[in-house]
Amino acid sequence: MNIEQTDFYTQAILSMAALVGLTSFLMLGQGRLLRLIFVFAVQGFLLTLTTVLAAYSLNNPHLYISAILTLVLKVIFIPWMLRREVLLMNTQRDVQALKNKTVVMLGGASLMVFSYYVLHPIVQTTSPVMLNALAVSLSVVLLGMLLMISHRQAVAHVVGFMSIENGLFFAAIVATKGMPMVVELGVAFDVLVAAVLFGIFFLHIRTSIDSLDVDLLNKLNEVDK
Amino acid sequence: MIAVYLVLLIPLAGIVFFALGGHRDDMGKLNVRFNAICLLATIWLAVNVLNQGTILSDNKAFLIDPFNVYLIVLTAFVGLTTSIFSAPYMAHEKELGKLTDNRLKLYYSMYQGFMLAMYLVLTTNNMGIMWVAMEGATLATVMLVSLYRTPESIEAAWKYFILCGVGIAQALFGTILLYYAAMQIGDGESSLLWSVLYENASKLNPEILEIAFVFMLVGYGTKIGLVPLHNWLPDAHSEGPTPMSAVLSGLLLNDALYAVVRNKMLVDGASHSHIAGYLMMGFGLLSFLVGALFLHRQKDIKRLFSYSSIEHMGMMTFAFGIGGPMATFAALLHMTVHSLTKSAIFVTVGHASQLAGTQSMDKIRGLIKTQPKVGWGLLIGTLAIAGFPPFGVFTSEFLVLLATMHSYPWLAPLLLLGIGIAFAGLFRHIQPMVYGDKPEGQQPVKANLWPVIIHLGLVLWLGLAIPEFLANWFSQATLLISGSTPL
Repeated sequence: MNIEQTDFYTQAILSMAALVGLTSFLMLGQGRLLRLIFVFAVQGFLLTLTTVLAAYSLNNPHLYISAILTLVLKVIFIPWMLRREVLLMNTQRDVQALKNKTVVMLGGASLMVFSYYVLHPIVQTTSPVMLNALAVSLSVVLLGMLLMISHRQAVAHVVGFMSIENGLFFAAIVATKGMPMVVELGVAFDVLVAAVLFGIFFLHIRTSIDSLDVDLLNKLNEVDK
Repeated sequence: MIAVYLVLLIPLAGIVFFALGGHRDDMGKLNVRFNAICLLATIWLAVNVLNQGTILSDNKAFLIDPFNVYLIVLTAFVGLTTSIFSAPYMAHEKELGKLTDNRLKLYYSMYQGFMLAMYLVLTTNNMGIMWVAMEGATLATVMLVSLYRTPESIEAAWKYFILCGVGIAQALFGTILLYYAAMQIGDGESSLLWSVLYENASKLNPEILEIAFVFMLVGYGTKIGLVPLHNWLPDAHSEGPTPMSAVLSGLLLNDALYAVVRNKMLVDGASHSHIAGYLMMGFGLLSFLVGALFLHRQKDIKRLFSYSSIEHMGMMTFAFGIGGPMATFAALLHMTVHSLTKSAIFVTVGHASQLAGTQSMDKIRGLIKTQPKVGWGLLIGTLAIAGFPPFGVFTSEFLVLLATMHSYPWLAPLLLLGIGIAFAGLFRHIQPMVYGDKPEGQQPVKANLWPVIIHLGLVLWLGLAIPEFLANWFSQATLLISGSTPL
């Protein structure tokens, strides 16, 4: 495949996929919570751009609604809520996350290779462009999980959780030109409720353990102490 | 068709009513009434299906066939009986000062929210909406797990939220891949409808569908409680209010398994490699054995029975994985009897821990002497869940065992071993709790044991003779899932 021979939309989608993937890696290595939230907002903004692009190029007006929902939820509301939480708790650094950065980044890179490997059979049915887009979305999902594993702060977990949603959303936009409208509205509703619930949770965790370090949530397990 | 809308609108009205209405003392009774009306609506729906066969709504949004109709009635039934139990139970918890009026309002509103999500998972024909509703069920119950606001309950709820949220995100990726595969053969919004996909299953690309199924199994499997994705389950069950444990074990796990089986039907139609079946067998058997082993080291009575749920869900997943008509029939029956028995057990467990004032099994003693109904209820319920004849669980486990010996004889010893380990694990804990002298000062509590009696009665009935219409539904569902009838 020669990238110069493809049309504008395909080229744009490929660059967007690359940028979204890059933001996931940026989040993975980020130890400062405020900057983590900022990168998350940037990823949300890239998604909004992709959606608008798809809506315009494919002439699919219902994607504009998805774009607005993404903008409001993932670029404005969730980052605002998380930022407020970080400032309130005055925990701007996640020190634990910085300890084994190299291992985590290498793990992230191998997850990306793994995503390409898993989705390779798709090439039979479509162009390599779609493989790139889907593999990047899957790796964003997996990198989101790795982010949750490697960070200790509840705020970072929420960012990981929501960036998993971002990966799924990207897959839906690029591979299938958006899910049916009812489904998209349903998913957006779930994300909104989840965000509100996270807000309530922060309050509860703060009042019960006086910190947002989830390592302190370790009372329930099967190992005798 | 009106019946389907009624089934969905009644709990919706319930959410709004409890959330926006002021606090009232009779909320428990009203909750029972909402569930009772809903049960009537589902029975009406079931009668329609009995007379007309499969119903597909005009806009194709809802599909009621023999596979989901009995699950819908079962959901409504367990929802009703659990609400009957929950009314005095929650009133008692409030007297103990564990709850405030507002949290009670939240509880009843979300009870209806959970029921709505369950009905939507079962009735919808759209695989995307099925995912949305499944996630909705998590969101509705997450605040209920942390209802008591103790540090442990908040930890359990956080774990539940994160694990199930991340897990179920995998299922959405699977759904997107499924939609992608469907778009190769036809365009438009209808490509995510199960009925359309099922008709065209043979045209779908088998490799994409197999990848999609792996994601679906991991995603919905988190909700089923399959090992190693089960960590949230014992925590959520033990820290939430007991009525919630009853509906989580009895309904949520079943419905997640239902979603997996619906997807398996599509994959089986597209590919003939039986990979979906092998995956389910592997995960199922692992969960079954791990669940059985972990029964032995539990200290908390609700954790004990949640591991028992993991064990039974593992067995059902395994049976659906085998995929032959007898195994499928057995799995369908097991879904029904497990759900009835397990919710009955959680009702008695709730009363037992209320009268002992603790959930720790070392401190619960002399139940039969304190309150015979609770003690015997727990003992008989445990007998039923351990698979003693003549209860229904025996019948279904026996059929699973027969099917295994027929198709994979070398797995039968593992299954027998697991059943034995689980039996020992349950009884070593239950016996000292029900027999023996009562501790000083232990008083009976106000308890309504009708739900337990009715549930265990039904399980006994299903063990002795399955009513003809139910057997017909099971046979038709088996035909739909496995391609042939068991008899």
